[in-house]
Amino acid sequence: MSLAVTLPGLALKNPVMPASGCFGFGKEYSQFFDLNELGAIIVKAATGEARYGNPTPRVAETSSGMLNAIGLQNPGVDNIIADELPFLSRFDTPVIANIAGSTVEEYVKVAETLNKSNDLSAIELNISCPNVKEGGVQFGTDPELAKEVTYKVKQASNYPVYVKLSPNVTNITTMAKAVVDAGADGLSMINTLTGMQINLKKRAPIIANKTGGLSGPAIKPVAIRMIYEVRQALSDIPIIGMGGIMTAEDVLEFLLAGANAVAVGTANFQNPHACPEIIAELPGILSKYGFESVEEAIGKGHVHG
Amino acid sequence: MITKQSLEINSHIQIAEDTFEVVLQSSLSKELKPGQFVHIQLPGHMLRRPVSIANVNPEAETFTMIFKIFGEGTRNLSKYQAGEFLDVILPCGTHYPIEDLSLEHALLVGGGIGVPPLYYLGTKLKEKGVKVTSVLGFQSASHVFYEEKFQQLGETFIATNDGTYGQKGFVTDIISKLDKPIDYYFSCGPTPMLQAVTSQLADQKGYISLEERMGCGVGTCYACVVPLKADPSKNKKICKDGPVFPANEVNLA
Ligand SMILES: Cc1cc2nc3c(=O)[nH]c(=O)nc-3n(C[C@H](O)[C@H](O)[C@H](O)COP(=O)(O)OP(=O)(O)OC[C@H]3O[C@@H](n4cnc5c(N)ncnc54)[C@H](O)[C@@H]3O)c2cc1C
Ligand SMILES: Cc1cc2nc3c(=O)[nH]c(=O)nc-3n(C[C@H](O)[C@H](O)[C@H](O)COP(=O)(O)O)c2cc1C
Ligand code: FES
Repeated sequence: MSLAVTLPGLALKNPVMPASGCFGFGKEYSQFFDLNELGAIIVKAATGEARYGNPTPRVAETSSGMLNAIGLQNPGVDNIIADELPFLSRFDTPVIANIAGSTVEEYVKVAETLNKSNDLSAIELNISCPNVKEGGVQFGTDPELAKEVTYKVKQASNYPVYVKLSPNVTNITTMAKAVVDAGADGLSMINTLTGMQINLKKRAPIIANKTGGLSGPAIKPVAIRMIYEVRQALSDIPIIGMGGIMTAEDVLEFLLAGANAVAVGTANFQNPHACPEIIAELPGILSKYGFESVEEAIGKGHVHG
Repeated sequence: MITKQSLEINSHIQIAEDTFEVVLQSSLSKELKPGQFVHIQLPGHMLRRPVSIANVNPEAETFTMIFKIFGEGTRNLSKYQAGEFLDVILPCGTHYPIEDLSLEHALLVGGGIGVPPLYYLGTKLKEKGVKVTSVLGFQSASHVFYEEKFQQLGETFIATNDGTYGQKGFVTDIISKLDKPIDYYFSCGPTPMLQAVTSQLADQKGYISLEERMGCGVGTCYACVVPLKADPSKNKKICKDGPVFPANEVNLA
């Protein structure tokens, strides 16, 4: 059974990687399992300078999911290159940096700075963070802005660029086409869906930022639908799929919808061993449903007419 | 080293209103230090629940936790029975660094579900020959637990909000009447209590243990931060840099 998949800049031994923001920079989870088992690792967002994020509470539990409004807290791109990425270079696992910014200039600066690191294989361009006041989500909801930032980051970066799409749009294929036209090497989808939870006793939103991004199994059907639509519109673009993956069956569902690889986010919090357990179960699930490799399953969930 | 274990419940008993004491069997018990917590998975819940370590029995390889029903997760936890298993990440966070401190007299100040970690701390202080005075606050008489156990560690004062037991009022009302010199205080409880205690004892050295809603509980998600006093635009993670902090390091406001 071959689990290997190849995407631009990424020769993956299996299609499963932790999602950005749900795995830090790998150190903590390396205490639970050998990071060599992972297909790749997507690290926490990098911005131009260190950011300390939003006030707390930053998370809330929902039915089948969670809300978060971390606010892109991270040590800044220079510290990430100096202090965080070298640790990951000891593993035989490709590392994908996630970049964020408030302005096109900040995105470009982070992308240029990351060229200095020898520890990366690709970058994920986060134009979809719903939790920061400036930038973030508006780049992910306006096709012209998305095009501009993708084009400029693509020009600035030595790495393949996967653009991470926001689900908080009416038409996901418009956004996907815009960033692919601008030169995106691949897509990563989906980021979180904006939501809110109100505390009955306190008569106020639980999250200090009021709104947060919904993740976990609650959003899986939205992710599957969006990947399916984008795959129909763009048959060749590499897609890293994510949103609510908890099991190897979920991975197969994403592959069938058209994802070439997948990322696991919130599940890591519930089970630090989520990624290696899913990877271990994947061959059995693929053969149970009649596939001999991961590659064979990609896009096979589409019906015509 | 932090791990995930499936732990058998040795005993699970109610010790006060809505309050339960659970003893778990774990090979890691003897490594658990006062102030650390465990992160518990409950079926049907996306996120784990953090609960402090309230005592350790190294010979039996067990540890104790005490929790109060607060919402659905802790209600679910209250229904477990001896012989069942819990999925637990442990040990999490920092501990009260008593091995590095020279002290003769310690003051423990606990409120509600902040009382449990102080019991384990108190036993360790007593082992070191430190004199322990405890001031514990509860909602009302029916919520009081572990009074006798704290009395075995040293002088113990109880305050209840409604005056149904001990002194009516807050822990700070009792502290203001204590005139004995202390070297360090150690406090855990709701944030308003910690604010009152840290400002009342501003000229004393102390350590406090904080609570915040958590995601991962291991330091990867940045959910659980607390601003720093020196520069409130910066912060630290409660689950990994804490939950125990020097009292003057963090900004509770
Ligand atoms: C380091 C630490 C140690 C703790 N030790 C103890 C202890 O020894 N005994 C005890 O009874 N309680 C303790 N708590 C508080 C306990 O974690 C909460 O009461 C519990 O998470 C509430 O869950 P719930 O499902 O009953 O409530 P819900 O309100 O339904 O929970 C919803 C969400 O909010 C979170 N949440 C709600 N209140 C708190 C809180 N006070 N702190 C952190 N997360 C919260 C829950 O974990 C969950 O993710 C501790 C908290 C922390 C951070
Ligand atoms: C706590 C938390 C922090 C996140 N931080 C980031 C981030 O920094 N950059 C990013 O592109 N996505 C971030 N995400 C989104 C995830 O990478 C992922 O797209 C989303 O959570 C859906 O996957 P899941 O349901 O498996 O979690 C974050 C999600 C969570 C829950
Ligand atoms: S709960 Fe994730 S960093 Fe503290």
